[in-house]
Amino acid sequence: MYAAKRNKLIGLMYLAPALIFVSAFTAYPLLQMMWLSLNDWTLLTPPEFVGFDNFVKAFSDDQVWDSLGFTLKYTLFITPILMIGGYLLALLTATNSPLRRFTRAVVFVPVVIGLGASSLLWYWLFSARYGLVNQALVDLGAIEDPILWLGVDANISNWAVIISVVWKVLGFGMILFVAAIQAIPSEINEAVVVDGASYWQRVTRVTLPLTFRTVLLVTLVSIIGSLLAFDQFYIMTAGQPLNLTATSVFYVHLNSFPYLKLGYGAALSLILAVIILFFTVVQLVLTRRSET
Amino acid sequence: MGLATRAVQQSRGAGRWARLWAKRTKYLVGAVCLAICIVMLLPLVMSVLASLKTTEDAAQVPPIYVPTTATFDSYERLWNFRDGLPKYLANSFGTALLTIALALGVTVPAGYALARFPVPGKELLFVFLLLALIIPYQALLTPLFLMFAKLGLTNSWIGLAIVHTTIQLPFSLYIMRNSFEAVPRELEEAAVVDGGNSWQVLTRIYLPTVVPALITVTLFAFITSWNEFLGALVMLNTDSSYTLPIVLAAARTVNVLGGTDWGMLQAGVTISIIPCVGFYLLLQKYYVSGLLSGAVK
Repeated sequence: MYAAKRNKLIGLMYLAPALIFVSAFTAYPLLQMMWLSLNDWTLLTPPEFVGFDNFVKAFSDDQVWDSLGFTLKYTLFITPILMIGGYLLALLTATNSPLRRFTRAVVFVPVVIGLGASSLLWYWLFSARYGLVNQALVDLGAIEDPILWLGVDANISNWAVIISVVWKVLGFGMILFVAAIQAIPSEINEAVVVDGASYWQRVTRVTLPLTFRTVLLVTLVSIIGSLLAFDQFYIMTAGQPLNLTATSVFYVHLNSFPYLKLGYGAALSLILAVIILFFTVVQLVLTRRSET
Repeated sequence: MGLATRAVQQSRGAGRWARLWAKRTKYLVGAVCLAICIVMLLPLVMSVLASLKTTEDAAQVPPIYVPTTATFDSYERLWNFRDGLPKYLANSFGTALLTIALALGVTVPAGYALARFPVPGKELLFVFLLLALIIPYQALLTPLFLMFAKLGLTNSWIGLAIVHTTIQLPFSLYIMRNSFEAVPRELEEAAVVDGGNSWQVLTRIYLPTVVPALITVTLFAFITSWNEFLGALVMLNTDSSYTLPIVLAAARTVNVLGGTDWGMLQAGVTISIIPCVGFYLLLQKYYVSGLLSGAVK
């Protein structure tokens, strides 16, 4: 009896730093954000309670819808490219020959570098006058005049950013898909080969169904990441032209910091957090179910 | 010719075709692999080459691919940029080291407690500790900034390290708890019989057996902190407190003789990439296992 009680106390003691940390730096800010979202506050004047005004305002703010729409568009374009590209790369490199292992390692290299660094790298590569992308396209005879990749046309800017991010994170999905493909028992593959199925039949009937859960989970991770996109647009387009490439996080940041509309920024954060929460819950449910 | 022999010949022919086809596929796969490697590495190689260009080479229109002469001028300009590269490297490394210390300091004891002690309401507490998993840290930056402004922690290593630890906490805790749970109980019982208290059991028995988990947590804490952008952008607003990504982002619009200093920018990119690639080459296996347990679980 006494020992059990003592152990409980010792356990709580070891848990205390984490509990304090999360309470102070996650739970408390979360509550404060909720409170902030119900106030009008610009740092210059004391906060004024306005109820749900910020949310009502957000609903009729065109820029909220524009940034959300742009973020969704970016997510909708990039996710299939990442999933299909990553899966094809995984199929190509899942067997362990030296060349395939090497390819896998190389494709993964950009995953480990920072999104800020890779965005700065591509900011230069996509520069209209000094960038090598235009120069290479001219040398290949694909274009005659340089393309103004960044900050002039929202669609072209979006694609330039998508190309840079695909380069950066393609290896993430690939490595997880490779692990899933390698986990398929070899007897299953052998049985299908004996049945005389072609390679692509094997992929669609065996490999894909047996790795489907991983594909779903990686898709969700990727969607959540894309919905929270910020660094790549801040660095490569700075939201230009006319804030048309400002993502949701970008718009929240603009309101909270340069404009110092803290209450409004908090309300926008909360809306975004709820959208993300939906995808996170799906992800957690999927993970849970697979464990049981 | 009998029917049977014909069938055999046919199947032999098919076998030859299959072999030829297999050979062709093998070469094709090899070629595709090499092409992919080149495409993936080319941007990095180009960045390093650009960082070695002279100012004139870097500002050429149309741009040239390979520098005419290699020079470290760009690195020298970066060295002296604003408060100087040493300052920014110190800020980045200092924040990363503090993040590692905080992440380990918080999640090692917590993982130990969750795995080995009959804490009341354990499941609920675990879910509470994973709170950062369901609320993106990007949404919490405003309240954190207000709190840190009051405490005087903006523009400091420790303030930013707290933000970075918040990001890494769920992953680190998850890894630590799982690896403590995987340690055989007999090891602990032997130590307890020998008269060791819980702290001695942790430091002498558990920590040496969970070294891979400690490396994984350290690695990911470093990479996260070293590369993190938005939190640093919010928390740091004086030149001297910037981390490397922030000062480089500021440098992209800074003009030298009427244009961006592309050579210096790519020198900065190269420098910020080096530790990431270095750790990757050293600790590849921890990277992959960490990703697997972090993303798919």
